[in-house]
Parts: sequence; C-alpha cells; structure tokens
Amino acid sequence: MSAAHPVTGGRHTLSVLVENKPGVLARIAALFSRRAFNIHSLAVGPTEHPDISRMTIVVDVEATPLEQVTKQLNKLVEVIKIVELDPDASVNRELVLVKVAATTETRGQVLDTVQLFRAKVIDVAPDAVTIQITGNAGKIADFLAVLEPFGIRELVQSGQVAIGRGSRSISERTLRPVSVPVPPATA
Amino acid sequence: MSAEITGAQSLIKSLESAGVDTIFGIPGGAILPAYDPLMDSTIRHILVRHEQGAGHAAQGYAAATGRVGVCMATSGPGATNLVTPIADAHMDSVPMVAVTGQVGASMIGTDAFQEADIRGITMPITKHNFLITDPLDIPRIVAEAFHIASTGRPGPVLVDVTKSALQTMTSFEWPTEIQLPGYRPVTKPHAKQIREATRLILESRRPVLYVGGGTIRAAASKELAELVELTGMPVVTTLMARGAFPDSHPLHLGMPGMHGTVAAVAGLQKSDLIISLGARFDDRVTGNLDSFAPHAKVIHADIDPAEIGKNRHADVPIVGDVREVLIDLMAMLRTQADAGHTGDFEGWTTFLGGVKGRYPLGYDAPPSGLAPQHVIERLGAISGPDTIVTAGVGQHQMWAAHYFGYEQPNKWINSGGLGTMGFAVPAAMGAKVGMPDKVVWAVDGDGCFQMTNQELATCAINDIPIKVAVINNESLGMVRQWQTLFYNERYSNTDLHSKRIPDFVKLADAYGCVGLSCESPDDVDAVIAKAMEINDVPVVVDFRVHRDAMVWPMVAAGTSNDDIKYARDIAPDFEEDDL
Ligand SMILES: Cc1ncc(C[n+]2csc(CCOP(=O)(O)OP(=O)(O)O)c2C)c(N)n1
Repeated sequence: MSAAHPVTGGRHTLSVLVENKPGVLARIAALFSRRAFNIHSLAVGPTEHPDISRMTIVVDVEATPLEQVTKQLNKLVEVIKIVELDPDASVNRELVLVKVAATTETRGQVLDTVQLFRAKVIDVAPDAVTIQITGNAGKIADFLAVLEPFGIRELVQSGQVAIGRGSRSISERTLRPVSVPVPPATA
Repeated sequence: MSAEITGAQSLIKSLESAGVDTIFGIPGGAILPAYDPLMDSTIRHILVRHEQGAGHAAQGYAAATGRVGVCMATSGPGATNLVTPIADAHMDSVPMVAVTGQVGASMIGTDAFQEADIRGITMPITKHNFLITDPLDIPRIVAEAFHIASTGRPGPVLVDVTKSALQTMTSFEWPTEIQLPGYRPVTKPHAKQIREATRLILESRRPVLYVGGGTIRAAASKELAELVELTGMPVVTTLMARGAFPDSHPLHLGMPGMHGTVAAVAGLQKSDLIISLGARFDDRVTGNLDSFAPHAKVIHADIDPAEIGKNRHADVPIVGDVREVLIDLMAMLRTQADAGHTGDFEGWTTFLGGVKGRYPLGYDAPPSGLAPQHVIERLGAISGPDTIVTAGVGQHQMWAAHYFGYEQPNKWINSGGLGTMGFAVPAAMGAKVGMPDKVVWAVDGDGCFQMTNQELATCAINDIPIKVAVINNESLGMVRQWQTLFYNERYSNTDLHSKRIPDFVKLADAYGCVGLSCESPDDVDAVIAKAMEINDVPVVVDFRVHRDAMVWPMVAAGTSNDDIKYARDIAPDFEEDDL
C-alpha cells in the first residue's frame, strides 16, 4: 500500500446517523461480524431529529479495513452519515454502575475513592455499595483499577457516547426527498 | 385517495404503477391473497417450476432488457428457494425485486407454519430489504424498492409482505416522492478527478482499459468505443463485460483473468496504467494480488465507492456512473488533443498485437470425437452477434465466453460473481420473455442442466422458445479439470454418466421440446441450422463432446498472472524487451 493509506492500528470512534427503523442495528452489526471485527462498545439512542438515531461505535481495527467497513456502512440505505471522531477534537463519556464489596474496614477507603473521582454512591447495602461514575475511557479505567482490590461484584457499562467539540453539528442535513422515477412505459 | 381495497390489490396496483410487465413466480399460502388480483392484472405472471428458476429468470430478463426483473414466492421454502438467485443478483449487480409472502404479523417469531425470517436471511445478499406489516406502506415501499434496485449500483431488493397486510383493507396512493435520506448515489464524476485521470492517461505509455460489468449496466458501450477511437488505448473485457466492446476490434485483447487470453493477461501485467471502468479487481482477474500489474498506476471509476481501493490501491479514484465518467473524460481528452497533447501508445499496442498474434485463442482437435470449443464457435458463427447467450458455470461457460464472439452489450448473460450452476436455462427463459424477437441460446453443461432443466416445462407451456446447447462431457468438467491438473487424475465424484442417463433427447421430448443430438464434427453445422429453424417450441441439443478437453489459458488459483499457461505445460513468453 502506498502512503495514501497509512496503516495505523488502534481504537476508532465512529458516529453513525441512521434512520430510526427496525433492523438497522442488525445490518450494521452484520457488517462488522462478517469481517470478524470486534465491536468494543456500541451505544444508540434518539437525536434532536425524531426520525434519526445516532450510534457511537468504538472498534479496535486497523485504519485500512476500517475505511472499507465505513464505505460499506455508508452503502446501507438507512445509514445517513458516518463520521470518525478525532479524539483531539471530540469529547467522549461513558457511564458505569459498579457494585463494590465494602466491609466496615474498607467502606471508608471505598468512599474516599468515590470522592476522589467525583463519582456517586447510588445504593448502599450492609456489605456493598453501588457507585455511578461518568467520564472518558481513561478515567473509568483508572477508577476501576483502584476499586479492583476491594472486590468488584458486578459491573455494567453504558458504552461510550461521543460528540465533536465546537458549535458545528454532524446532523445538520436536510432530509431531502428523492422523486419517484416515472415508471417505464409498458403496453 | 382511492376507494378501500385489500393490501393484496394495493400490492398488484403498486407493481403495475412501477412499470412491471412480467413476474416469474409460484404461489403458496402466505402470498396467495396477492395471486387473486394478479389474475385481473395487466402483468403477465409466468408460473415456473422452482422458485430458483423464477429468480434466475428475473435476472435474465433484467440483464437482457436493462429493466428491473421481478420474481414472487410464498413464505418459508418459497422464499428460501430464492436465496441463490438473490445472492447471484447481488454479486453481479442485477436490478431485481423479489416479492415474498410472510406469515401473518401476529405469528412472526413463533415458528409458525412456513415461517422463515427471509429478511434476516437475505440482509447480507440484498442491496436492501423490507418487511411490510402495515398495508398502508405497500405503495411507498414498492416505489422505494424499484428505485433502489434500479439506480446507483443496481442490485436485488426483497419485499417481504405479511399475509395479514395482504388481507387487510387499505387505501392506495402511488407516491410522488420518496424519502431516502441515506441513499444518494453519486453519478456525476468530480471534475478534479477527471483532470487527474486525463493527466495520467497522457503521461502513460502502456495504458489498458479494464472494462467490467458496470460498463454494461451503465449502458456505456457507445462511449467506450468512442474513447478507444479517440485514444487508441487497448481494451480487456471481464467475464461480466463480454460484449461491452466488440470482440472483432483489433484493440480488443479479450477477457483477462484465470482463464483469460494471454494478450489480456499480459496487457494488464505489463501496463503502466489501468483504467478500471465498472470493474472490481476480482481475485479471478488479479490472481495473486501482490504480483498483479506491478508497474501500473490505477484510475478506478465505479458508481460504488466501496469498490474503489478495496483490493488494489487507486491512484485516481472516480466515483460516478461509467457513462458519465467516459463522457467527461473524453471532453477533457479532446480539449487536450486540441492543444496538441495526445498519448503515444503505438509501441505498446504493436507489442500487444504481437502477443495476440503469437498466442491466439485456440485449441487442439481431440484425437476423436467432438471438440466443445468447435461447437461454440459454430454456434456463434451460425446464429450471429444479435443472439443472446446465457451460460451455466464450468468449462462450457469459459468456452462460451471466449469462442462465441460478442459484438454488442447485453447479449452475454452469465453468473460471474457467485458462479451458480443451473443459471443458464431459467436465465435464458427470462431473457427470451424480455426480448421475444431475439434468438436466445443457453449454453449449458450436462451437470448444470440437470439442476434447473425443469423450467423447460415452463418454456414449452408459455411459448418461450429458447434453445439449449448442452455441452455434454458426461462429467463435472471444470472440477474434473482441476482433478486432472492438481489431484493426480483422481476423479473423485465428477463422473455424471450423462451420455447414458438421462437421455437428454427423450427428456426434451417429455417436456414438449424438440430434442436433437450431435456427436460428430461433421454434423455440427447441420444440427445447429436445424435448431435455428425451430421457433415455435424450445429446442435442446445434446452435443456429446470429448470429455478430456480443458480450458486454456489458465492461471492456477492463487498464483501470479505472470505464471499463466497457454496450454498444459506451455508458458507463454511476453517479456517486453522489444518495448
Ligand atoms: C450450485 C453449484 N454447485 C457446485 C459448484 C462447483 N462447480 C463449479 S463448475 C462445476 C462443474 C460443472 O459441470 P457441468 O455443468 O457439466 O459443466 P462443465 O464444467 O463440464 O462444462 C461444479 C460442480 C457450483 N459452481 N455451483
């Protein structure tokens, strides 16, 4: 391959605007699974337009095959737009709920960690606390690493959502109608 | 807004509004409501004998006419029988709409009788697919389906309609516009890319026009011929593009690829610029990718951006309809020519002319019996370039691609991408229905023919007088050839005994067709002439050919195109010392 296609590995974040219709998720997932790409996380929900949903897909893949998959995603009739978010020009957040063991001896330390990371306790039991934290992938990883020794009993993550910095929007685009082709003249 | 009608009536009205004149199909429980209004419709429904036949017939109809082919089937097994032709249409970019019945909406997901999730099954093999549960959606979705199937890169679209939607009362209104915000194929090429392409063409010394099936789908043959006249660049036409450029033209090097001509393969290998027009650098063309055309820059024009740079890096990517690309490119080249800038390709075309002269298409007559290549040469010579030819998959397909002689587009119809045995007879049926005034020959293998010959009944009953040339080598010839070359002549499960069973002449007779047979080279012309005279019923000719004939040239799978063999153990010499 020439220099026009730098092969750089690593994590990529795609923002995908899709028509809010049944089956879209299956079509998108199928394009990744066909090539045996692992989706690291996928978050989907409605947007400022009621007919349009937005997916944030985080994948670990080389740049060249990703470009091919992106083109194939773009071919899906219900996919309106795909943007790869540049990590330096976008913000990303994830929400995590984690249930951590907390005995009378360790409870204080656990709560200190919660304070330090500006997380929040959302449920308390005699031998455990459930904590909510939001942040970027790095902060979440650090937080979980600190909690690990206390004993993580259960963990659920929302998947990453991301948005570009600044005032521009990727969904500024009219839903232009396409005129129906006139049927060919038949007998 | 018109009066209340059933969903089934709305479906048929929608198909009529979309311009459908012919449907190939078979009814069954879930689609049955639609068959009632179909009886009163202007649409001709042709009752096939197997849904696979309906699908390939729709493909043949579409490929011959350029219009959207339509097939119809019931839920479950009817729909799954369409899977092969749908996948075939997807690989070869054939505009097709498949309408299937589905179980009632409330029963979906319950493993109801004859339920299959055909929308899920066909997701990776359709351009798009729909499930209709609300009859109000029928006209809009049918309109969208035809629009998607026929525009951009054409392809199959499946419309799955629940029985409940067909049976519910609704109203019909044909839409005046449709909303497809995510579907906007780019047809007009970018001026900057056209400028870049022009520059590369004028700088190159050894350019080749690598013409693919997209050129046929874009109906760009006339423009292609003009470009060749303007520039003098040589042409190769892929298996999907045979007929896009006349075989008789001196600058036509023939078909490239695994069984390509030496000149076409050498032309690509030695070129310094490949101008790809609606082709996709398929592995059957490139051979080993790393050693494919090592010195060539690439201009890659395709309506589908996902094809560009997929297998081979494109120096100049051009997204657009091939016809529009050619028009813009010629305008730019003419401006340059007026300013005194033209390419100089004479040394190159002289070299290629030499290769073509030294390594023409050819075959050795067998020690005894009939050479299959001779049969196809004579078919081409006797029935002429206005004939439509369909083919099955195997040796006979390659011989039909090489030896018939194509001068016009939409005359050669085959299963290139999927390689579906059984394609020929139903595709010929569809082509003949679409082009009733043309002679349609199905060139089939004795193996392929036994996969779908039940459609001879459909042809005989519905006055569709196709002609079938069975190239009977009593074996799965192409597989047998690989066994000869790569498996020490151990012929595991490739002997079909088809000179004994079935008796193809009797079979033809049983189906209400005329059956002929031919065993000797001396009879070939007379038998073909006789077949040509029969125009009221289908004809089947059993050409009993020599079984050991092989397809040459050949590039063994996965090896480099540089290692092409002209015939067994004969490596051509096309070094460009003289360039
Ligand atoms: C449906 C299907 N099954 C299997 C194959 C693999 N295959 C490719 S060519 C071939 C032999 C075809 O035999 P025949 O129709 O007699 O044609 P010949 O090669 O002898 O001309 C086979 C089995 C295929 N392409 N399609």
